Amino acid sequence: MPQSTIRILFRFLGSMNLAITLLVAIAIAAVIGTVIQQNQPYPDYVLKFGPFWFEVFKSLELFNVYTSVWFLTILGFLVLSTSVCVYRNLPKIMRDVSDYRENSQRHSLQKLAHRQKYQSKQTLQATLPILLWVLKDHRYSFRQRQDNAGLIIAAKKGSGGRLGYIFSHVAIIVICIGGLIDGNLPLKVAEWRGKIAVETRRIPANQISAISTLSADNASFRANVDIPEGDQADFAFIDYKDGYLLQKLPFTIKVEDFRIEHYASGQPKSFESDLEINDAELAQAVKQTISVNHPLSYKGFTIYQNSFGDGGSKLNLKAWPLLSAMDSSKQLQAKVKQFTEVSGMQLEISDFRPFNVKPDPSGEKKFINQGPSFQYKLRRPDGTANEYLTYMQPIQQEGRWFFLSGMRSMVSEEFNYWFMPADSENRLARFMAFYQSLRDPEILAAIALQTASSTDGAKQSAAKDKQAVAKFMLVLAQQFVEGGYDKITANIEQTVAENQRQEVLQVYANVLQRLLKNVYLSVLQDEGLDPKQALTAFDAQFFVDAVEAVNLAHEYATPVFLELEGFQHIEATGLQITRSPGKWLVFPGCLLLVLGVFCMFYLPQRRLWLLLEAGDAGTAILLVGSALRNQYDFDKEFELIKQQLAQNFSTVQ
Amino acid sequence: MTMDNTLQPLYQQTSYFQLRTGFDWLWSMLVLAGATYVFAQYHALMDGYEVAILLASATLLIWLGWSWSTLKSFSLSVAAFSLLAISIYGSDLAAAESKFLLKYLFASQSAIMWMSALYVMATLTYFAHLLSGGDFIGKVASSLTWCATAMGLVGLMVRWRESYLMGSDIGHIPVSNLYEVFILFSIITALLYLHYEQHYKTRSLGAFVLLVISAAVGFLLWYTFDRHADGIQPLVPALNSYWMKIHVPANFVGYGAFSLAAMIGLVFVLKSQAHAANPDGLLQSRLPDLALLDDLIYKAIALGFAFFTLATILGALWAAEAWGGYWSWDPKETWALIVWLNYAAWLHMRLTKGWSGKPMAWWAIIGFFVTLFAFLGVNMFLSGLHSYGEL
Ligand code: HEM
Repeated sequence: MPQSTIRILFRFLGSMNLAITLLVAIAIAAVIGTVIQQNQPYPDYVLKFGPFWFEVFKSLELFNVYTSVWFLTILGFLVLSTSVCVYRNLPKIMRDVSDYRENSQRHSLQKLAHRQKYQSKQTLQATLPILLWVLKDHRYSFRQRQDNAGLIIAAKKGSGGRLGYIFSHVAIIVICIGGLIDGNLPLKVAEWRGKIAVETRRIPANQISAISTLSADNASFRANVDIPEGDQADFAFIDYKDGYLLQKLPFTIKVEDFRIEHYASGQPKSFESDLEINDAELAQAVKQTISVNHPLSYKGFTIYQNSFGDGGSKLNLKAWPLLSAMDSSKQLQAKVKQFTEVSGMQLEISDFRPFNVKPDPSGEKKFINQGPSFQYKLRRPDGTANEYLTYMQPIQQEGRWFFLSGMRSMVSEEFNYWFMPADSENRLARFMAFYQSLRDPEILAAIALQTASSTDGAKQSAAKDKQAVAKFMLVLAQQFVEGGYDKITANIEQTVAENQRQEVLQVYANVLQRLLKNVYLSVLQDEGLDPKQALTAFDAQFFVDAVEAVNLAHEYATPVFLELEGFQHIEATGLQITRSPGKWLVFPGCLLLVLGVFCMFYLPQRRLWLLLEAGDAGTAILLVGSALRNQYDFDKEFELIKQQLAQNFSTVQ
Repeated sequence: MTMDNTLQPLYQQTSYFQLRTGFDWLWSMLVLAGATYVFAQYHALMDGYEVAILLASATLLIWLGWSWSTLKSFSLSVAAFSLLAISIYGSDLAAAESKFLLKYLFASQSAIMWMSALYVMATLTYFAHLLSGGDFIGKVASSLTWCATAMGLVGLMVRWRESYLMGSDIGHIPVSNLYEVFILFSIITALLYLHYEQHYKTRSLGAFVLLVISAAVGFLLWYTFDRHADGIQPLVPALNSYWMKIHVPANFVGYGAFSLAAMIGLVFVLKSQAHAANPDGLLQSRLPDLALLDDLIYKAIALGFAFFTLATILGALWAAEAWGGYWSWDPKETWALIVWLNYAAWLHMRLTKGWSGKPMAWWAIIGFFVTLFAFLGVNMFLSGLHSYGEL
């Protein structure tokens, strides 16, 4: 390249306009990065933006702005531009800092805006101490120079302001370089050269292929791993694009225990893990407890308490089939994050929580603990699944206790809760007995016939009619169990003329109600209660709630209800493991930046000159000054100095 | 003999320490005594960093008192009232309801209400001063602002104590949620303003600066009465760190100074507009001249920028300890960077390109909205690791 092109390029790189453009560009990139949530799973973006914009945004790397090629390029240019700027300004500023400008010429100094003339009646030698004293009083340092007209005293202060420029701008360069080292630039390069490939499947760590695995001597990374209590790991995962990479560690981390401590109000107070680091190079394992804000450092690796989750808790479940009859409830054992077979479906438990601390809806206390819950999917043979969230203990609602279970068919939806009343012993048994009686054709037929016979007009009617009524009851009950009142109403709307619907509905409801009541009474009888005695208020209310639960059961849409009977809680701690050698540049850089910025603002450079000329009548004095910034304050200081001099010498206009 | 032989300086002193008055030394003794007492009383609860923070705060307070005389008597009254309130509390939180002085004056929520009322009154009084030009009214406005600020600080001090009375594991410095930092914001902005008011001997800016504080007070009242967010909550584990004690206040010096710059920017724009319309108008004669306003905007932004730099770095250091990395591109962090870059660009334009006047005033006003988004908008519209104080 010809000399002049290089010079032009150099000037461009060090120019203020480029610097400001880069600053603004980074700010805009940062805005984009906060408006579009970063590093989410790709399917979420497809849902949010649609397939077209997803592709557009993806190719612009808008889902990973801060690691995108274009963003790193801008940062690179900022480093370059600031470096050139410092390189170009350094000599000038160093000269400025060390130079008192005592060699300035009288005629150029005389043009400065801040100036005042005085006349001393004494000789130059006698006048000098007073002048120097005033300079010292304002903390100026100075140099003197003899010229043929007399003496020039050049004074300055606040050179820190100029050094501040160097400190802060060098700091920017240092911080950016440190940040680039710790960013995933090296990963990008390796990917680009085909050395690594991202893994997107959810597979066990030992099945991950070598091309998705990073060796233990990777100098800089940020990775996560969940380790169940009692378990250990010598690897962690780096989130990368739409998948992850496996990062090997040169030691194993064993988790002995994970604890959550709570405040009296129930909110979490601390998350702690007892760790044991085993390293072949160590004679003895390192044991340390880490918590949020208190990580463990070992050999340049830092291990943080990052999150927590379930580490494969063992759950004792009771499966209540909702589509078939009684007596078939089954005990089963399942583990969180493992698959189990239930009634021809696959049970996938995703989470278990021993506590559910929620704001108290009654407002009496701030928070209440709603007890354990577990969340799971039931996957049908065709691959589709509904998701459920079920609480172990009944929860109080308007003074009554209900077992709660939520269902949703799409992850993006809220759970739709099913409320099943708890019996007097706080169990689910009575409701299930009631529900399963309604599902059992034999029991139901017997009770229907008995109900049909016990109605007012029944004694006179023929057995055939009773049979017919009972059969009709069975149909109603079936409709009710399958689709609630809605289904019965829908049926009436199809078969009955509009002007009679209201009446027919009333009759149907009465009939159904009588049947349900008798089914309920038979359940109570099975429990050992005397059917002739009047219902207690509790049992009567239970009936109302149970009927409502059956009414809504179809929305719950599950062939089997899983009741949580017991559990062994095993937690997993979520650790973040990092290695960031760049911080040894970033942290000193930050210190330099703060120092530089404060110097720039609060040690502004100021200069004064005193031009002395010996004459017959004594000494002529010219005071001049200049300041780079903070003119306002300099004006004031100059005013003060002028007054001080005016008290000692006579002012000359 | 001529007068030339005798030196007649305006100041006899040469050393910074020789410049200190008796009150200055008394002040430093009192601050040191206070710090020593706090250390003796609470060192069991403090780690090494917190002792260092205590020491640094005491030093800073001494220096501030030396540099700004009014601050000494102000701080002493705040300390006296806070100690009074704390001693009335004893060890019984319920005293807030039964003791008259606490219930109506010094219990943190009462003190904050007083602060709010006084700031609003001060705003109105400053406007009256601006319109009437009355000296006395101006003094009243200043006094009201001082009183409001004192009440706010007493409120925070008492709240700090109250949090420990709720339970020793609940106790923490009251800068942990939006309610508390809004109080901090009001106090810091007011103190910065009062400093400039004294330094430049002009009260005509008060009306505008206090407007922003009144807005903060409005938010605070809404937050209290509509959201009931004024209670003391235990800290989430991530906030339970000594870093909070320095990161948050440093940040709010930044926010306060940027707001101040914006309001003075507004005055600048109004004044130059008014000048065009009517060179002899009221605003024209009452408001300080444009050169001073321009200088003030620069000073406020420089101060804000310096502290914001410090605060962001402290935040990064904290993040390195709590989140596993000094920079995570979390939305709050990112917006802090945006704010910082914006003012960096502002400073470059002014200092290297020599821009000044109206464009820079407008830019300072726009900067305020960028800052506001970083402060509030991020919590409202974006999700991230900084999840305290949801709206
Ligand atoms: C992120 C990048 C940068 C930041 C945060 C930054 C920050 C600052 C700040 C705060 C000042 C303060 C002014 C003062 O009061 O003296 C300043 C001055 C200055 N900056 Fe930058 N700067 C950056 C990049 C650059 C670049 C790339 C250039 C080169 C073109 C540059 C050139 C200058 C110059 C020439 C001054 C004036 C120095 C003086 O006269 O004292 N800056 N910068």
